[in-house]
Amino acid sequence: MQTIFDLWQIAKKDLLEFRRDRLRLITFFIMPIFMMIMVGFIFPNQNSIKNISIGVVNQDNQSVSQGLVESIIDLKLSGDNPAFVVKDYSNIEAIKDGIKKQEISGGLFIPSDFSTKIAQSEQTEVTVVEDQSNPQISQMVNQVLVKIIDGFSGQLGQQKINQILVGRASANTSAQSIMAPIQAKLIGIIPGNPNYFEFVAPGIMAMIVMTAVLTGLAASISREKEQGTLDGILISPINRLAIILGKALSQSIRGLIQGAIVLLLAFFLFGVTVHGSLLLVALLLILGIFSFVGLGILVSAIATEQETATQLLFMFQFPMLFLSGVFFPILMMPSIMQKIAHVIPLTYAITALRKVMVLGAGFGAVRTEFLILLIFGVVTLTISVPVFKRVITK
Amino acid sequence: MENIIEVKNLTKKFGHFTAVDNVSFNIRKKEIFGFLGPNGAGKSTTIRMLTTLLRPTSGDATIASHDVVKKQDQVRKHIGLVAEKIILYDHLTARENLEFFGRLFHLPKDEIKRRSEKWIGKLHMTEWLNAQVGTFSTGMKQRINIVRALLTEPDILFLDEPTLGLDPQTTHMIRGFIRELNNQGVSVLLTTHDMLEAEELSDRIAIIDHGKIAASDTVENLKKRAQKENPTLEDVFLAITGKEIRDVTNGRVATRGHMHGPIRANNRVR
Repeated sequence: MQTIFDLWQIAKKDLLEFRRDRLRLITFFIMPIFMMIMVGFIFPNQNSIKNISIGVVNQDNQSVSQGLVESIIDLKLSGDNPAFVVKDYSNIEAIKDGIKKQEISGGLFIPSDFSTKIAQSEQTEVTVVEDQSNPQISQMVNQVLVKIIDGFSGQLGQQKINQILVGRASANTSAQSIMAPIQAKLIGIIPGNPNYFEFVAPGIMAMIVMTAVLTGLAASISREKEQGTLDGILISPINRLAIILGKALSQSIRGLIQGAIVLLLAFFLFGVTVHGSLLLVALLLILGIFSFVGLGILVSAIATEQETATQLLFMFQFPMLFLSGVFFPILMMPSIMQKIAHVIPLTYAITALRKVMVLGAGFGAVRTEFLILLIFGVVTLTISVPVFKRVITK
Repeated sequence: MENIIEVKNLTKKFGHFTAVDNVSFNIRKKEIFGFLGPNGAGKSTTIRMLTTLLRPTSGDATIASHDVVKKQDQVRKHIGLVAEKIILYDHLTARENLEFFGRLFHLPKDEIKRRSEKWIGKLHMTEWLNAQVGTFSTGMKQRINIVRALLTEPDILFLDEPTLGLDPQTTHMIRGFIRELNNQGVSVLLTTHDMLEAEELSDRIAIIDHGKIAASDTVENLKKRAQKENPTLEDVFLAITGKEIRDVTNGRVATRGHMHGPIRANNRVR
């Protein structure tokens, strides 16, 4: 209880100090606005596609539909790598769940009457399910899938014409069933078409909040060391843990305020809608912050000066910015970079936030990310707190 | 007379460098103890160990009979620290600073107010209580800094160069204030490079050099050691510590022949 009182005193003082520093306060508000506007108008292009997992529901399961699935499996666009890794699903809802959990980046639904309709020279329809959380990937997946379906459909049409010409099929069929026997219908999980900004907004939010906490925490402790005020705190009888936690709390409160600014800007300026629960978004942000606090403490323990702390953190932040999937989907990165991306906690925070904000996923879909962030936070704190305690009283 | 501080064979090493080397001394209750030494002699390191900010490599030290390593929280209740750097936040008002540091010692708000007001008036800072410390002159900051150190009603006050960089008026006021505190029963450990200040205020003086206590006695007895007629404390100090300039870099000390060679202006490192 005493520790909570003490940590609150530290946090309160830090926040008050921060509120009084006009320049820091201005930067605090301008930074997210600047980042959002800057990034909001960037639409990157790219074109590589390999090993993308997609879900397929083949309710028809006859030779024609199997042929369509095989042509998807056999497609190679980048060297020997298959474009798609096909996973079987039982129904369209299972595909949607798979996308929400980010197990797959799209899906294809083939109805049970697929072969029958083709045999009866009627037009049939397959459904392509989009991953709207990831417009870049989803756009490519859709294009490629639709191209395969159209190609396949074209082949069927040719066969049909040949059959009519040799008299094996009746010429009394509709032009549509000859020209385009298979129609592809695109559907998403949420209504409307998300833009690139909807993909990037959760990432920016997570990045701004977490880097602010990371640098803020390290800078705050090293500034107090440099100015000598830390001595005034250290000669008081308060628990060392309360000092660190108090600092972490004030930074977290600031981080959450910045997160809210980003969210509001995204909403009013770029028309981003949060499809999932706002509470879950806040919870994920808090957990993201928690996963970073240990690292911030460790850096501030090692760095004797504010400048050193900032430089050290830059080393972490810079690669994190590009590897955590804030701007570019991890799936598009070379495999070695994908592996690195998966040891960065920001990656998990962003993935989870994207699932909740863009796809409206619930807690169940982000359980894994939740657990990883929690473990990362616990492990880094377990290492950093004793190091910090040791370093401050050498 | 009873001792408030007892230091026995206190040593602090940073890697291979010994900053404080087997130092022993006692400070009596209600005494002003001048702790003098050239730059890098080990004064601040000793103070940091006594105020629980640094862990000694070896040796013992007690404050009000509490071990500085084993009973840190007890020690902290008996001490006040005016360090070389001012321990105040520029963006907070004087009152907010005092409230913050008072709360860290678990003092209720009205008690912080009572204790602050007791000293604020004497240091002529009452009208500036609600102004941000960042707008203060060094002298004003130092006066609030001293009030902050007194919030715990300490038995021993550590003053590390309390008049450094202050104008003669503030220096005069602070010296008078130190005497008044001492009259009220507060023991003081004072470090200063101002020999007149040390002579004027100290009951006893210890001179530390290269991490070792070179001399420890009353001003009168120390003066008797100087082989000079009517010596000043500065004469005694120079006779004991020598006239070599001390270059201190990153806590390491190098001595240099008096006035020979280029000397960097900014070589005052604790």
